[in-house]
Amino acid sequence: MGEKRIIYMDHSATTYVRKEVVAAMIPYFSEHFGNPSSIYGIARESKRAVDAARVQVAKALNADPEEIYFTSGGSESDNWALKGVAWANRKRGNHIITTQIEHHALLHSCQFLEKEGFAVTYLPVDKYGLVDPAMLEAAITDKTILVSIMYANNEIGTIEPIAELGAIARAHKVYFHTDAVQAIGNVPIDVKAQNIDMLSLSAHKFYGPKGAGALYIKKGVRIENLIHGGGQERKRRAGTENLAGIVGMGKAIELATADITGHNAKIRAMRDRLIKTVLAEIPHTRLNGHTEKRLSGNFNVSFEFIEGESMLLWLDDEGICASTGSACTSGSLEPSHVLLATGLPVEVSHGSLRLTLGDVNTEQDVDTVLAVLPKVGLRLREMSPLYQKERAGKEGGCNV
Amino acid sequence: MYSETVMDHFKNPRNVGEIENPDGVGEVGNPVCGDIMKIFLKIENNVVVDAKFKTFGCGAAIASSSMATELVRGKTLEDAWQLSNKAVAEALDGLPPIKMHCSVLAEEGIHKAINDYRVKHGMEPWQETSTHAHDHGDHDEGEALTCGH
Repeated sequence: MGEKRIIYMDHSATTYVRKEVVAAMIPYFSEHFGNPSSIYGIARESKRAVDAARVQVAKALNADPEEIYFTSGGSESDNWALKGVAWANRKRGNHIITTQIEHHALLHSCQFLEKEGFAVTYLPVDKYGLVDPAMLEAAITDKTILVSIMYANNEIGTIEPIAELGAIARAHKVYFHTDAVQAIGNVPIDVKAQNIDMLSLSAHKFYGPKGAGALYIKKGVRIENLIHGGGQERKRRAGTENLAGIVGMGKAIELATADITGHNAKIRAMRDRLIKTVLAEIPHTRLNGHTEKRLSGNFNVSFEFIEGESMLLWLDDEGICASTGSACTSGSLEPSHVLLATGLPVEVSHGSLRLTLGDVNTEQDVDTVLAVLPKVGLRLREMSPLYQKERAGKEGGCNV
Repeated sequence: MYSETVMDHFKNPRNVGEIENPDGVGEVGNPVCGDIMKIFLKIENNVVVDAKFKTFGCGAAIASSSMATELVRGKTLEDAWQLSNKAVAEALDGLPPIKMHCSVLAEEGIHKAINDYRVKHGMEPWQETSTHAHDHGDHDEGEALTCGH
């Protein structure tokens, strides 16, 4: 592997922490370390920093600062929204609506609630991964208490019609939660205009630190606590604040939402070149997700006749960091539930590759990936008995 | 997550390809499960004189095919039949528990190719021993290891 430049194309998994963010965090480790709940001077500085970060996060969402609750990340926020609303509103009803393509933090929370007696509808998606608003409307019953639909999908990058879905939920007086972990910094978000009652976010997806997240809870939403203990976060989320993490998240969200259009334009141009070239030059490949309604950095492609983990190992050998929806890296033997929900055949799902571009990428990175991918694809296909059959079939039918 | 030996056999697989007019062929696995192995054997005087493979699958599947074909070369059919998945995994300096099924697939592929040869030559196929004899590694989700498709 040697001195090869690392080409990081897995920004949907996590991002590096921007140096401005690190600089903002550093004073809050050893210098201003006071517990924000204490009353002395150094603690007041901590409290002030947490409040300032709350304003930064609120501003990015067009929410009020009192509607932002700091958590440990996206998974906690999703768990809290789902379980908290379910527990607080079970007298009103026991029905929850979500989709088949949610993150496991959402899906496994739903499965947990099903064991507690809640009924969950998992809306299907079309071949692009889009939820049909009419289907949402049809699924709502007088027992429905919560709709939770992700803003943008982490695997295929599809952006859902959140404002429209939120409006439907609101018209039926049902709470609307969205997991916006992948969307922050890539899509302009306005919780008021988009009819969002709750929203999950996670700092390490937008160049902030790991272990810091937030849940936006619109004023008046009835929600039970998930973490019990001290009176932090206006008695809704106990635990001493992750001070440096919160400060970092505030700075990171401010930077990430300062110029979404500019950020997207740069990344989309590189991503589009990748998509166009791979699909044109490598046979038996297909794009997963929507062509337009997708996160600007996301490229998810299926290579027929080969398996994703083998591709990742070869890409890693070339210094390229990517991910796959194949079963072989998930710790189970089932491929991605998202790809399967879009109707992709199981065997093709095993050969999916996700490249998610971000701020660190350059046109040169794209050139390298475009040079490496065809080689890797060919090498693996040449040893694949499936490719052999495909070729035999083609040649047999050709009759030359 | 993989040993150096696994990575070596993945990156420099031995015996990739097909044998023209093979004496025995065994194809195991299922594309739906994410792995297929096709083993080709050339057999002379009851000895495996050549073994090749084609595999669709993960790093462990490719490395297991490579190692299994290496291990059966030069062996009598009786000895080749005795090659266990555990021996393949051990020769690879171990496989992660979730990947032990790849070595099972290699063992089954060799068995299928040997029986293909035996049947073609008018002999009774040898019986597979119970699947319980396979070493699937230490984990609690033995059930999850069968793909079910």
